[in-house]
This record gives sequence, structure tokens and C-alpha cells, in this order.
Amino acid sequence: MLTPLKEFATDIRIQQMEAFKARGFGHMGGSLSITDCLAALYGGILRIDPKNPNWEDRDRLVVSKGHSGPALYATLALKGYFPLEVLKTLNQNGTILPSHCDRNLTPGVDMTTGSLGQGASTACGMALGLKLSGKDARVYLVLGDGECQEGQVWEMALFAAQHKLGNFIVFLDYNKRQLDGYVSDICNLEDPAAKFESFNWYVKRIQGNDPDKIYEVILETQKNQKDHPAMIVLDTIKGSGVKQIEDIVLNHHLNISTELADEIINQLIKQKEG
Amino acid sequence: MFKCIYNGGKEAKAGKTVFGDTIRKLIEEDSQVVYLDADLMNSIGTSGLEKVFPNQVIEVGIQEANMAGLAGGLSAVGKKPFMHTFASFAGRRCFDQVFISIAYAKNNVRIIGSDPGITSAYNGGTHMPFEDICLYRAIPHSTVIEFTDSAMTAALLPVIKDRPGLTYCRLSRKNCVAIYSEDSVFEPGVANLLRDGKDAVIFACGYMVSESLKAAEELEKEGISVAVIDMFTIKPLDSAKVLAYAEKTGAVVTAENGNIVGGLGAAVASCLSETKPTPVIRVGVKDEFGQVGTPEYLASVYGLTPTDVIAAVKKSISLKK
Repeated sequence: MLTPLKEFATDIRIQQMEAFKARGFGHMGGSLSITDCLAALYGGILRIDPKNPNWEDRDRLVVSKGHSGPALYATLALKGYFPLEVLKTLNQNGTILPSHCDRNLTPGVDMTTGSLGQGASTACGMALGLKLSGKDARVYLVLGDGECQEGQVWEMALFAAQHKLGNFIVFLDYNKRQLDGYVSDICNLEDPAAKFESFNWYVKRIQGNDPDKIYEVILETQKNQKDHPAMIVLDTIKGSGVKQIEDIVLNHHLNISTELADEIINQLIKQKEG
Repeated sequence: MFKCIYNGGKEAKAGKTVFGDTIRKLIEEDSQVVYLDADLMNSIGTSGLEKVFPNQVIEVGIQEANMAGLAGGLSAVGKKPFMHTFASFAGRRCFDQVFISIAYAKNNVRIIGSDPGITSAYNGGTHMPFEDICLYRAIPHSTVIEFTDSAMTAALLPVIKDRPGLTYCRLSRKNCVAIYSEDSVFEPGVANLLRDGKDAVIFACGYMVSESLKAAEELEKEGISVAVIDMFTIKPLDSAKVLAYAEKTGAVVTAENGNIVGGLGAAVASCLSETKPTPVIRVGVKDEFGQVGTPEYLASVYGLTPTDVIAAVKKSISLKK
């Protein structure tokens, strides 16, 4: 039997695979690798109201690695922001679900992202603004590991600590791979936990594909970060939860046949049934 | 309504003083206003405000890209951000962040770029923005303004505070030639006819407004009647006035303190070529980089003097059919 959060994560995987299947291609690796984090966030952490996506006092989530939109869209649909059938319009002409997240198109998407590094600053600005207004809402941010090669991320890291953004929790999807190959072969991030610690952040590093563990660590972080921004480094696998995709080294963006998508979806359904 | 008080004299207060005073007033009047700066508060008259208004004034540090993103995020949670840096950095240094995190994301942010064109003087080529108008014009749905003098700065900042989308404003830190009375009122998108004329028209902005008025005075002595229109809103262009004065005079000159590539002259010329083809002579920097020097020296090097405007007017008149 799967735990409720693991079941939710499996449902998110099934629904994003349905979207990829309908279009025949997409950013599968990075979408799958943040799925467990999204399951934890939308499985009880985020203070949100799917019926009122623009609720002023809601928590915000910025997926700075905007190409992971499909995982977020699947999560939002499962939470009732829009019908599940809409997922099949991913990247179709005129869709509300573009390849990269767009806050003006998709109900529940809090920030437009896709030019890497930029979600770091916009999320930080949101956390700053909420703090300046005396609101108790939190801002969550998902960064990619390859994305941390952008200087802007480190500008934000300095700023968030300086301004004591204790309402800001960042996840690093440390799946070790980027479009062209392994992060360590291209421009190594080495030990990101140590780096953010040296920037005066509250830092945790955990196995990143267990939603129950992520959930627990978020609660612990909220309690302990005080006036520090928090970084939770998630050791993940690019493509996690789908062996056929995990095993492809360059799985940033893939084509997928209907047959393979169905095989994967059936295998995920079986996991749920135990 | 505006009143033109031009007599060639400079204004009493420096642009930066008026800017600092006006930003302070806006912060006091509207708790949603947030002012961001990238280590240039001491240069633009806002120094110390971060201590008085810690919840509304943020000294970001030397990180323009992050600042543009912060501004976008602040807007997304309901704030009204103003951000300032030198125009060279506002244009080049954080262009993608302005484009995506502010404009494409439909956030409402006002960006102030100071030291436009040759007014950056001794800061030289690295700091001399000739391209910012072109860059900001190229962002869809943007508003591009150049404050003509301090009276306009004080009057327009409160107006753009609630303007939706991205608004970029060029601002001189120094004492400009006084053009407007302090009680003047301006409307973005509506150009101001400062001087009427029938033989040619000069569409000018910023530093070149006073130089164009000087040129028109000289030309009048020669019996040439020239209209001067202040195009302080470069985008959206007041195309009705452009068309009306092209029609009336049949000879058009544009004058701007920046590269003619993609600037005010390009905007006016495009507008006319698609509606009423008319000779347009562009006064401006002819695709060059900046350098150190006094503004007067730089004006002569780059062809931004009243003499250059006079030559352009005569050329445009000679091209009339």
C-alpha cells in the first residue's frame, strides 16, 4: 500500500505522462524529478484555495525551472484548478499549458518562468513583498541544479540572507543532469548545501524522491529556519519514478510513442494498486 | 496643461534632487510604493531613505538582474515598484530579466534609467547609454518616456505610479535647461507643441528639446519658421501629432540624445513611411560608442548641437517636393 502522498505523487506522474503522450514529446526528466516535491507541497503544505487561485493571502510557489511545467500542471489539475482533460492540450496551439510556466495563462501558476535563474529573483521579490506587507504567507521556490550555473541565482542567495527572508523556502532539484549531460562534467555544482550554508541560509539535504520525507522536512524547516531563507537540497533522479526514462542519460526533453507512454502509465497504475 | 518657460536658462534644482524629493513624497502617500536601487542611491538623491522607510526602500546592492526580478515579484504580490540604476545598466545589464520577469509576466514596474546619452559625461563609454531607447522600445507593450526637465519629472512620476505594465523613464541627474513651469501637467502619449512653425517640424526628446528650441530661434532669424514638439513619450508614439505636423510642414527632423538606430527618429520615420512619406532627417548619435568628455564636447563630437539641428532642418526642407 502506498502512503497517501506517494499515491498522490503516482497520480501526478500518470497525469503528466498522459499530457506527454497526447503531444508526443516534452521535458520529461525534470518534470518527473520534482514530482515528489510537488506532491508534498500540494499534499498539505501549501496554504491555497483552488477555487480562488488569486487569493491574496495564499502561499506562492515559483517553479523557476519552468520547463518542469507539465508536472505542475498535472498537480494543479488533480487539485481541481482546471479539468484533467485540459492536460491533453499541453503545447497544443492556443493552449493554457505552455512548455514553460506562465502565470497569465494557467490558473494556479504564480509566476512566469523559463529563462533560467529568473524565478529565483521573482520568488525572492514575492517573499520580500509579503514580508514588507506584514503577511504570514510563505513563498516556495524550485530551482534546478543546472540553473544554478546562472549568476542571478547567487545574487538572490546573497540578497535573501541579507533581508532575513524567513518566509522563503527553496528546493534544489539536484538530479545531477542538465540538457547537455551531467552537471559535474559541464560546470560542477559540487556541494550545494555547503555553498548555501556559507551564504547564511538554513540548509537541509535529503533524498528527494520520497514525498513523506520531504513533507516532514518542510515542517521541520518552517519551525527552525527563523529569519533565515531555507534551502532544501533534494537528491533526486532525473526522470524519477519511471525506469524507462531514468535510464536515458540525456532525458531532458524526449519524444515518446503512444505505446511506450501507455506502458509507463499502466505500470504506474499497477504501483498504485500494489 | 503645460506652460513652456524656455529662455535658455537652466533650472534651479538638479534632476536628482527633484527625483529624490518626489520619490519620498510617493512613498509617504502610498504605502504600496517600493523603491529599489542598485548601489546608486547616493547618486540619485535617494540616499538615506532606506533608513527612514525600511519597509518601502530597498538598497539591493550591485545586482541589477536580481533587482529587476525582485521588482517583478514585488509587483506580483501587489506592490508598486520603482527601480533605478544608470540607463546603461537598466538597458543592457538586465534586459532579459526586464523582458521576461517584468514585461512578459505582465508585472507593473517603473524603471528609471539615469544619465541618458552624453549626460553621463566623465563616466565614459561603459556608462554612456545610446541604445536604451531602442532596447526598451523593442519590448512589447512597453512605455518609453524621457523626462525633459525636472518639472516634468516631478509631475510624471506620480502619474506613472499606477500605470500598468512596464514603464521606462530616462532621467538626467543634473540641472537641465528649464522648459516647463512647475505647475505643468503631462499626459503620457501626448506630445507637447512648444513652438509652432510652418516650414519644418522638429520632433525632439530629452536633452535635445532645448537644443532644438535654440535652433528654431536661430532659424527664425533667417526667416525659416520651425515647429518644435517635445516627444517625451517615445512609445506609444503620438502618431496623430507626427502626422499632423508632417502634413502641415512637409519637412521633418528628429533629435535625440542617443543612437539613431531604433530611437525616436526611427519611430517617427517608420510612422510616416507607412502613412505619409515625408523627408525625415535624424539628429542623433550615428551608430557610435560613448567616450569621456564634457557634455558640450560630446555634443559636438556626436552631432547633437543646435548647429547640427539647423543643418538637418535645412536639409529636410531641401528634400521637400
